Amino acid sequence: MSTPAPVGLSAVFRAEHGRVVAGLARRLGDLDLAEDAVGEALVVAAERWPVDGVPPNPGAWLTTVARNKALDRLRREQRRDLKHAEAQMVSDPTPHEPTGPVADDRLRLVFTCCHPALAPEARVALTLRLLGGLTVPEIAAAYLVPETTMAQRLTRAKQKIARAGIPYRVPAASDLPERLDGVLAVLYLVFNEGYLSHSGQAVREDLTGEAIRLARQLHEMVRHTPSLGAQPEVDGLLALMLLTEARRPARVAEGRLVPLAEQDRTRWDAALVDEGHRLVRGCLALGRPGPYQLQAAVNAVHTDALDASMTDWSQVVQLYDQLLALRPTPVVALNRAAAVAEVDGPEVALGVVDRLPLERYHAWHATRADLLRRLGRHEEARTAYDAAIGLAGNDAERAFLAGRRDGLGRGPT
Amino acid sequence: MTQYLLSVHTDFDDVAGTTEAEMQQAFAQVDAFNTELQASGSWVFAGGLTPPSDATVVDATGSDAVLTDGPYAETKEVLGGFWVIDVADLDAALEVAKRASAACMGKVEVRPFQGE
Repeated sequence: MSTPAPVGLSAVFRAEHGRVVAGLARRLGDLDLAEDAVGEALVVAAERWPVDGVPPNPGAWLTTVARNKALDRLRREQRRDLKHAEAQMVSDPTPHEPTGPVADDRLRLVFTCCHPALAPEARVALTLRLLGGLTVPEIAAAYLVPETTMAQRLTRAKQKIARAGIPYRVPAASDLPERLDGVLAVLYLVFNEGYLSHSGQAVREDLTGEAIRLARQLHEMVRHTPSLGAQPEVDGLLALMLLTEARRPARVAEGRLVPLAEQDRTRWDAALVDEGHRLVRGCLALGRPGPYQLQAAVNAVHTDALDASMTDWSQVVQLYDQLLALRPTPVVALNRAAAVAEVDGPEVALGVVDRLPLERYHAWHATRADLLRRLGRHEEARTAYDAAIGLAGNDAERAFLAGRRDGLGRGPT
Repeated sequence: MTQYLLSVHTDFDDVAGTTEAEMQQAFAQVDAFNTELQASGSWVFAGGLTPPSDATVVDATGSDAVLTDGPYAETKEVLGGFWVIDVADLDAALEVAKRASAACMGKVEVRPFQGE
């Protein structure tokens, strides 16, 4: 092959990493050894593929090389588990396919990485490292922590998995819904860090893209594992991510955040919107609504409207009513209030918002500011915009809020 | 199989404030839980401890052993009791710990013993 594009290689590596590590980890019973062996195999691939070409089945190729590297190391270290590992490798030549036992391997790995006994930030890092195939420097850069800190976090988590005996398996049916929630929460955390970035940038495409890729993988794994049954929240989370991502091209203009009502809807990604809508319809039809499905449905109502004035706000309020019943948090109540403003007017909404204990949350101040502005209470709005600007996490949002504040006329007060 | 220490950290000042009925309830619950644990085959050892004021710290790291009255660390919450269990993995240990915590009405820390 004459085009040894390193970008292409890293995409292959990321796509295959979870599968190869997961399969090897099961057969070796040692996550750390599996990861190291796959790392060595990737080094060999980076040398050989640009010269010899990418093999027809890169995953199988990496698995074979990594397996040999792992056995070499067990031999070198004269480990007692060598015999067992060798036997596993011979007796279990699991075919490298995207479905069946291999999907099970990756599912096991997902549940291990997202185990509730690990710290949330360790779950995120492990998932990006082992399933996403991101390198330690990449993850460290994404979360703005020094590489050594991220490396320590990963090492500590892997030590706990090994020493505390965190099992490498898909949880029992009785624990599954709860544990799956934990996995979804990790993926949502990665997505939100990308979308509502606190790093100064408006959107971290690396993180939103990675979260979507992992959510797609999880969606596929669940679909190919009939024993899990339908898991509509998995579809719901994927739909929520896709419908949010679809609006990204219109979300920031000239370094300024553009509110939903003012976005150029022709710039939304129609393919992602279609896919998101299909998923939302499919999962809601199962009649087991959950928080992700409901949030996806809210987004589907927005992306259904050709322009903002055609938004079915009463349906948005109804969906938030359902969400609030499942998740009675002030943040959900705040989002609901923004929809109430469109149905019952800003006065009613402000009455709700003012009772919410969210003084530390920039969106609370921003919502209040907008409602006060619409009520013509400009001086109070100005104060609220200032508070929101002080708490906002990125420049695009601050620029939008400052623009609104500076556009305020003199109020009647 | 892995052995885990399930320890209960207690504020003995709080214990002094609990009613006789509450104490009796906790004792009865722990008794029932222990019986269950023994029947399940996960039981290795368990026990409750007297207040930290009964403790003596022994330091023989120097040439002469030094004895000090009182607990090792002057913290509000100290080890009040523990279980040692032998189960398949952390998930199994956490399951036992949930029941232990409910029975003794306290937080339970789960720690694995070192392997061979």
